[in-house]
Amino acid sequence: MTLPSSPKDLIAWRVAKELNYGEIVNLGIGTPTLVSNYISPEMNITFQSENGFVGMGALAKPGEEIPDLTNAGGQWVTLVPGAAFFDTAMSFIIIRGGHIDVTVLGALEVDERGYLANYWIPGRGGPGIGGGMDLVVGTKRVIVAMEHIRRDGEPKIVPRCSLPITAKRMVDLIVTDMAVIRPTTEGLVLREVAPGVTVDEVLAKTSACLIVPDDVGEMVA
Amino acid sequence: MSKVKTVQEAMEFIQDGMTVMLPGFLGVGTPKALIDAICERRVGDLTVIYNDGAFPGVGIGKLVRCGLVRKMISTHTGTNPELVKAVADGKIEMELLPQGTLVERIRAAGAGLGGILTPTGVGTSVEEGKTVMELDGNTYLLELPLRADIALLYAFKGDTAGNLVYRRTARNFNPIMATAADLVIAEVENLVDIGEVEPEHVVTPGIFVDIVVKGV
Repeated sequence: MTLPSSPKDLIAWRVAKELNYGEIVNLGIGTPTLVSNYISPEMNITFQSENGFVGMGALAKPGEEIPDLTNAGGQWVTLVPGAAFFDTAMSFIIIRGGHIDVTVLGALEVDERGYLANYWIPGRGGPGIGGGMDLVVGTKRVIVAMEHIRRDGEPKIVPRCSLPITAKRMVDLIVTDMAVIRPTTEGLVLREVAPGVTVDEVLAKTSACLIVPDDVGEMVA
Repeated sequence: MSKVKTVQEAMEFIQDGMTVMLPGFLGVGTPKALIDAICERRVGDLTVIYNDGAFPGVGIGKLVRCGLVRKMISTHTGTNPELVKAVADGKIEMELLPQGTLVERIRAAGAGLGGILTPTGVGTSVEEGKTVMELDGNTYLLELPLRADIALLYAFKGDTAGNLVYRRTARNFNPIMATAADLVIAEVENLVDIGEVEPEHVVTPGIFVDIVVKGV
């Protein structure tokens, strides 16, 4: 197959490769939501939505919206067979209690400790915490899916987060439109570069120190 | 005995300065007729406990636009620029919490617990001013119960005794908030006679509900 050309779809496609058969997965708002487009039904992945259900299907087609059935971003969605609704306490029993295998969420910054910041910009406010802190604390694997640099061109992968951190937890993987980076206790390790991107280009767009092993790969289909 | 009242009768119990619990997630699961009535009567200076900012003019966003909110206890504001601005301008005081903490604080109040211990928020801005506890090698924040003067629920179906059934994702905070306020008013879209809700299907037992109003 050919790889998706848009940055967000490339990120979503690469994240999808990290998911294993039968896992319970929570997708954050924005780019992470696109991950479901790259999951085949044979993978038997169950999507949990923090507003109160498991068994989330595709977005609803215009004109076919189902009343009171939205995802955590307020978009109209559908169900798959075997879905179940529950209240917010149960939703966070699932999230905080360690019953979700993988959460995929966006970030404003990630740093050399593997900490992410995604809920508050001092002076500007918002967007807010929502379920983010509980997801990062309670989920078995946390994958950050974000564009490599900010809209103003500044790096998002930095030595230390300048924004308030979401949790004192090292995330498990960072997937961007330029690279795949694995946080470790030794620091951030560059694992893969996107097609057409060089290691030097990744380093130039990253202000954090990156460990570059000899076997850096390329994202391939 | 029937708990059914008109929206206007129910409004007699809502007063300026009260703390009000409103369920909902981005407007889904939030009562509509009750919020409209609050706006019409200009009941103000409210402390509102609600998950998010919804959208401008929608659900809780309607109370914000009407200028009736003094303080919000919430988890997320980003979808409502009017609320973000009101907070930035100091017009609305904001207590920001993780969603799982908000719901457990309400549950603790309803369940008669003195608080809950959660790992969420440890080492972050949420920790400020709170008791940090070490137990069995893990670190937790002590989060205290959260009650309200009044809770305004929204149910898809309810009987005249206040037994409630919700629809899809509109359930969210409703069953929890039903347990943690001095007065609980449920707006139901489909009002039926007592006995017409299958006991097996009741999500919120009517013992939690003081007043039932018919939704629009």
